[in-house]
Amino acid sequence: MIDRRLLTNIDWILAGLVVTVCLLGILNIYSATTPYKIVGIAYYLKQFYWMLAGMLVALIVSSFDYHVLEDFSYWFYGFLLILLLAVLVMGRRSMGATRWLHLGLFNVQPSELMKIVIIMTFARFFNNFHSVGGLTVKDVMIPLGLLVIPTALIMKQPDLGTAILVILIALSMAYYVGLRWTTIVTFACITLPMVWIGWAKFLRPYQKNRILDFLNPERSRLGSGYHIIQSKIAVGSGGIAGKGFVHGTQSQLRFLPEQHTDFAFSVFAEEWGFIGCLALIIIYLSLVLWGLNIARRCNDRFGGLLAVGVTAMLFWHIVINIGMVIGIFPVVGVPLPFFSYGGTSMITSMLGIGLLQNISMRRFMF
Amino acid sequence: MKERRFVREVMESKSRVLMISFIVGAVFFLLILRLWHLQILNQKDYRSMSENNRLRFLPVAASRGSILDRNGNMLVNNRPSFSLAVIPQEVKDEGALLTQLSSLLMLDRTEMSERWEKSKGRAKYYPIVLASNITRDQVEIIEENRLMLPGVEVEIKPVREYSSGVLAAHLLGYIAEISENELNSKGFEEYNPGDYIGKTGIEKALDNELHGSDGGRQLEVDARGRVLRTISESYPTVGNSVVLTIDAALQKQAERSFGEQAGAAVAMDVNSGEILAFVSNPAYDPSLFSGKLPADKWKEYLEDKRHPLENKALTGQYPPGSTYKIITALAGLHEHKIDESTTITCNGSYDLGTSTFKCWNKRGHGTTNLKKSLRESCDVYYYQLGEKLGVDKIASAAKAFMLGAPMGVELQNEKAGLIPTAEWKQKRYGKRWYHGETLPVAIGQGYVLMTPIQMASMIATVANEGTVFRPHLVKRVVDADGKLLKEIKPEIIGTVGFSKESFRLVKQGLFAVVNEAGGTGGMARIYDVKVAGKTGTSQVVKMRDSKRSTPYQFRDHALFVAFAPYDKPEIAVAVVIEHGEHGGAAAAPIAARILSTYFEGKKPVRKESPAPSAEEEDESGDELPRVVKEPNISGNAAND
Repeated sequence: MIDRRLLTNIDWILAGLVVTVCLLGILNIYSATTPYKIVGIAYYLKQFYWMLAGMLVALIVSSFDYHVLEDFSYWFYGFLLILLLAVLVMGRRSMGATRWLHLGLFNVQPSELMKIVIIMTFARFFNNFHSVGGLTVKDVMIPLGLLVIPTALIMKQPDLGTAILVILIALSMAYYVGLRWTTIVTFACITLPMVWIGWAKFLRPYQKNRILDFLNPERSRLGSGYHIIQSKIAVGSGGIAGKGFVHGTQSQLRFLPEQHTDFAFSVFAEEWGFIGCLALIIIYLSLVLWGLNIARRCNDRFGGLLAVGVTAMLFWHIVINIGMVIGIFPVVGVPLPFFSYGGTSMITSMLGIGLLQNISMRRFMF
Repeated sequence: MKERRFVREVMESKSRVLMISFIVGAVFFLLILRLWHLQILNQKDYRSMSENNRLRFLPVAASRGSILDRNGNMLVNNRPSFSLAVIPQEVKDEGALLTQLSSLLMLDRTEMSERWEKSKGRAKYYPIVLASNITRDQVEIIEENRLMLPGVEVEIKPVREYSSGVLAAHLLGYIAEISENELNSKGFEEYNPGDYIGKTGIEKALDNELHGSDGGRQLEVDARGRVLRTISESYPTVGNSVVLTIDAALQKQAERSFGEQAGAAVAMDVNSGEILAFVSNPAYDPSLFSGKLPADKWKEYLEDKRHPLENKALTGQYPPGSTYKIITALAGLHEHKIDESTTITCNGSYDLGTSTFKCWNKRGHGTTNLKKSLRESCDVYYYQLGEKLGVDKIASAAKAFMLGAPMGVELQNEKAGLIPTAEWKQKRYGKRWYHGETLPVAIGQGYVLMTPIQMASMIATVANEGTVFRPHLVKRVVDADGKLLKEIKPEIIGTVGFSKESFRLVKQGLFAVVNEAGGTGGMARIYDVKVAGKTGTSQVVKMRDSKRSTPYQFRDHALFVAFAPYDKPEIAVAVVIEHGEHGGAAAAPIAARILSTYFEGKKPVRKESPAPSAEEEDESGDELPRVVKEPNISGNAAND
């Protein structure tokens, strides 16, 4: 269990940054949900409980030496593949996307957990792999396989946002290990023509339209396009200092879609303005840089890889979400870590923070 | 140490952290730059846009796809309908407007105000439908008084038109405005308030195909709600059309043949599982449900003892009665408990322990073999066979036919039926299975339950000797231009691994039921084609004494399952007449009518020359109707 000496080594900077974002998020959810008719517990209170639950998860994850995870990585990976398959098989009869697995007492969303498990799997794989001078094309074949199977299963659900994130996390870790230029060029040469052929030969017009709408929401002005316009009005009208807490007209009049979950940032931007956004982005930037710093300070490769993976996960969530809200990225359902309302995202992100804490606390011990 | 071996790699990676940090910094800087652009450089524009956020999105509903039968006959189509809507944001005095509208248009004020109240939580720019299905005259009045009615709009929506009255109401289902509950639940994210969606039947099951995608206009309007300009516009995409496996002509005849009787009938292609007719009688009028159902009609439907709202073919679960003897007989042959020549003596009842189990024929059937047992539906034969087999052997035969679980028809809420086993009873009631309970199961009473769909599938599987096809209703999905999008192929969901000989023996018995003297199903005989089948009577209440005094709801259900032609089966039929009492008398004639309509429709177009001379004597039949074979063009032409 937890070593008393470790307590003195708790990474207070990491913990402080995370709690700050959580509290700002709760404040923002309070404002975003005031126009809602609420049944039962208020959203901001629920989010507060999720934060506490998440902190407990982080504490548990940081309590044991992370090196033991190396032995379990592939087991986790295999187990999660089974869960992903189970989701597909058991959810087959219902319509639309099926992401949840009902396990009696509680429900899990295996695709969400896959983000963490792919980090552990890649960390274990690269930890035992010679890669001086960068990974060659042959080197990346096994990790590519490890990546493709779960990604395909997640796409099948379909959960495009999570699939993209899993890929980005894996690519980030591969970049950290080092890729040869020849590898990058080879893959570019294979992928690009395949995309082009697929586009020209296999896609039906309506499928093409859907993809074009996805890449450029303003093209359609329907659905996601409408959301983006309203979100941009919200952000832009915030100005330098914002309209003030609970005074955002866009959010209070409910012009915004999903304004307490995926579009929470646009409520914040409207009410706190450029100054507020700058502050929040700087906190996020510090969090990401601190995560990278933990990777740098870590003296073994497995820990470094884990830290980079978790940091990449946070980084891509932040960038894709904010980018979507301010209209420079396509609309994918990706939450802003610690800030958007939602228990699943909170727990997954806190799992990651627990790992970072774990690595950071044990940098002096061997 | 692992860590030592990879020192170089660790160093390389660490140096890369710096590079990564720069990239991260640059990306965040881009985000800040974009925020600068939105919030500082363009602040004024966005601020004024938000202050008079008069960007409005007006959805234009897509025209719903149509539903056709297998031959391309239109079953459900659209016609335009007008509805009165109001944009709350534009209205200053709600009460005054409602009063004005109700006096101008002669509409019920309280009903409109209720609808308004219900939509209070929504965005203020979104139109609320106050009255649907208004007349063209009312539309004109609104147009004339436009200036006095700020915020009032006329919306055009396509409405379902049922080309053939009440034909296949349960199968087709109806559409209605999306409910508040549905809007808030998963799977409906794409829908908007006021959308019409399928609520039951095919309309619901294939809503995502039929619905199409809505178009809309992004408008900028002034403070009075007048449109200043259209910022952008997109056109709705018409929904896809669904081609069913149903044959409209057959369906119509099948429905008519029920008359006033309650019940269900399913006709199925034996070699593909395509459902050709799907009847649940009595039906309701689906067009009544898309608007507000008149209260008296609703009451009438609810109080009708024959339950017109229930889809009996899909959700009605009936004891299969003697039709289940087919399963028991096949189980007996497969397990070698009986063969063709095994005989028993039936003297009207059978004793097991202290109980006596009666045959329907009090006088008894005398010496009975397999063929006779089916033909005359002798219960004692199956009591004894059931006792030899045990409940689990019967159940495993039934499960080979995929009974006891939903068969996978496209429609929702399909029922599973029930095939009892000893284990099931232990789980359900916590009691062990008693030997005496097996006997009623062997004749399809007791706990056994089947839906009409399952009965049709069972007899189809007997006809094709062991292949269980998924019964299905959808043949194709085509787009508005008729281009094929999806083709539903026959799907084999199970195989009954019994010998050809077992099937042959049972089929001979089923042939005798219809065609031999003493058979219980003589009324299913039709001209031209040899029919085989089985009658059934399923008990509703045990132990009745005098049949005459039984009230309607306690009378037995009448059942009949059949397939034809006997030699080369094409079509299988299952008919259930609720409280119809005798399968042979009530259900068999309906099956006969469905079958003769089917074969009538298959005849080549009448030629000018008189009846074909190439008739063949049927050798097997003694007192059978003569069978006219259709001219076999490819084979016989060469010989002639």
